[in-house]
Amino acid sequence: MIVTIAGKELKTLFASPLAWVVLTMMQLIVGYAFLRRLDDFLQLQPQLAQMGSAPGVTELVAGPVFGTAAAVLLFAVPVLAMRLIAEERRNQTMVLLMSAPVSMTEIVLGKFLGLAAFLAGIVALTAVMPLSLAGVARLDYGMLAGLAAGLVLLAAAFAAVSLFVSCLTVHPVVAAIGAFATLLGMVLAGEAAGDGLRARGWTVAASLTQVFSPIKSFEPFGKGLFDSYAAACLVLLTAFCLALAIRQLDAQRLRG
Amino acid sequence: MHSTSTDCAVPVTTMPEQEAASTISARGLTRSFGGHIAVNDITLELRRGEVLGFLGPNGAGKTTTMHMLTGNLAPSRGEISICGIDLLEEPAAAKARIGYLPEVPPLYRELTVDEYLQLAAKLHRVPRARRGEAVGTAKQRCGLADAGRKLIGTLSKGYQQRVGIAQAIVHSPDVVVLDEPTIGLDPNQIRDIRALIRELGSAHSVILSTHILPEVEAVCDRVQIMHHGELVYSDTIAALKRFESGATVLVGLRRPPPPAELAALPGVAAADAVEPTLYRLQFAAGKDPTDALVKTAAARDWGLYQLKPAQTSLEDVFVHLTRREENQC
Repeated sequence: MIVTIAGKELKTLFASPLAWVVLTMMQLIVGYAFLRRLDDFLQLQPQLAQMGSAPGVTELVAGPVFGTAAAVLLFAVPVLAMRLIAEERRNQTMVLLMSAPVSMTEIVLGKFLGLAAFLAGIVALTAVMPLSLAGVARLDYGMLAGLAAGLVLLAAAFAAVSLFVSCLTVHPVVAAIGAFATLLGMVLAGEAAGDGLRARGWTVAASLTQVFSPIKSFEPFGKGLFDSYAAACLVLLTAFCLALAIRQLDAQRLRG
Repeated sequence: MHSTSTDCAVPVTTMPEQEAASTISARGLTRSFGGHIAVNDITLELRRGEVLGFLGPNGAGKTTTMHMLTGNLAPSRGEISICGIDLLEEPAAAKARIGYLPEVPPLYRELTVDEYLQLAAKLHRVPRARRGEAVGTAKQRCGLADAGRKLIGTLSKGYQQRVGIAQAIVHSPDVVVLDEPTIGLDPNQIRDIRALIRELGSAHSVILSTHILPEVEAVCDRVQIMHHGELVYSDTIAALKRFESGATVLVGLRRPPPPAELAALPGVAAADAVEPTLYRLQFAAGKDPTDALVKTAAARDWGLYQLKPAQTSLEDVFVHLTRREENQC
C-alpha cells in the first residue's frame, strides 16, 4: 500500500510541469558548478602535480558539485513537498486516501517515499557528472559513493521536514515558504547553537543540536568521511519529522 | 456485478447474520467543533438493498455525518459499525466495505480515467487479478466505457462526476455513500445517475445526500431529515406520502369561484390559491372527490383546464419540519 501511494505520487509529480522544471533547474545549476570546478581544477593541475599528497579530482570537483546540489535542494524540496499534503487538501483529493482502507502511517510513508525516490533520481543525475570523468581521470569511487549516500540522506531529511510543514496548512504556497524558512532556520540557527554550546564546553548538548542542523551533518561526507554520527543525525531528523506528520494528520481527523 | 455477502472486499471476522441485517449502523453519533455541536446524537441504520435519502438544509450537519460514517472524521461520541465491523476499532477492514463520493469529487486531474480508477481499486485492496475487471465494470456502469484514456482534467463536469461515482463503486463496496451526486449534471445525465443509484441499491446499501426532493421520492426507500445537527424525521417513503393526511391536487380553473366555494365542496378539506387561476385543493383524509370535482366544474362552467396531483408531499414535510424547528429556536 505504501508503494501504491509512492507510485501515485511519482506519477502525478511527473504529470505536472513542476518535476521537469525542477530537474531542468537542477541540471543547469549543478552542470554549471561542475564545469566551473573542472576548469579550476585544470588550471591548478600543474601546481597540484608538484605537491606530495595533493587532493584528487574527486575531492576538488565532486565534493563542491554535491555541495551545490545540496544548496539547490534546500530550495527545491519545499516546493516539491507542498504538493504532498497541503495541495491534496486544498484540492479536496485527500478524501480518496482517507476513505480508503489505508492507515495514516501508510499515507505519510508512501508520500515520503515517492518524493524520496524522485530526489534519489536527482542525486543520481548529480553523480553522473563527476562519473563522466571516469575515462580520463582516476576517481575515488568510495568517496563518490559516500557523497551520494550523504546527499540522499540530506535530501530525505529535507523532504521529511517539508512534509511535516505541508501537513500544517491547506495553502500550498504557505507550506512551501514555511518549509523553506524552517530548513533555512535549521541551517543557520543549528550552526550557531552548536558553536555557542561548544564554546561553553557543553559538548553533549552541542552534539545533540546537530540532529536539527542537517547541512552540518552533510559536511563530513563532502570531506570524504563517513561519519556514522552525522548519518544517524540525518536519519533521526527524518524519522522524527515523519512521526510528527503522522501525529498531525491523526490529530486533524480527530479535531476536524 | 452481482454482489452477495460473500464477495465483500476483505475476508475478515464477519458475522453473516448481522451482515445481512444491517450494512451500516451508527448509534449516538455526536460531533462538536470547539463548543459548537455540529451533529448531535444521530442514530442511523441501513439494511442491505436499501437506499436512504439524507436530507436537510445547508449547514444541517449532513456532510459532517457522512465524513464520520466514512472514517474521514472521528466522532466525538458514538459508535459506527459497517457490516458488523467497528469503524473506529478496525478502520481498515471497515473502510474496505465503504465507497464514498464526497461533495467535491476527489479527482487527480493529471491522471487518465483508467489510471485513476486503477489507483482507487489498488487503494481499496482489490486483488491484482480482479482489478482490470473491476475497473471495466465500474466504467461500464457509469457510462465511461470510451473515456478510459482521457485525462480527468479535460473531462466535462458531468463526466468528472461519473468518474467520482465510479471511484466509489470500483471495489464493489457494501455501502455506497454519495454526497450530492447529481449536482452540475444535465437532465439526461441525472436520469442515468438515478437509474444507476437504483441499480446500486439492489445489491448494495446506498446513502444519498441531496437537496433535490423529487430525486429522493424517485430513488429512495427511506428518508431521514436532519436539521441543526439533529435527526428530525426518519421514515419510509411510503409512510411519508401519508404523512400529511389526505392527498393534494392542483386545479386550474379559467373562471374560478371564490376559494370558499371550492373549500366547501364535499371531501375537500382546504383550498388555497397558488396563482389567480390555479388552486391547491387538499382532500379530506381517506376521501377522493376528484370525480365529483370534475362534474361540478363542468356543471358550473368554471372552465377546468388542469387537474394534477401535487407531488409535494416530501417538500411539505421538509418545509414543515425545518421551518417549525426554526420557529422554536
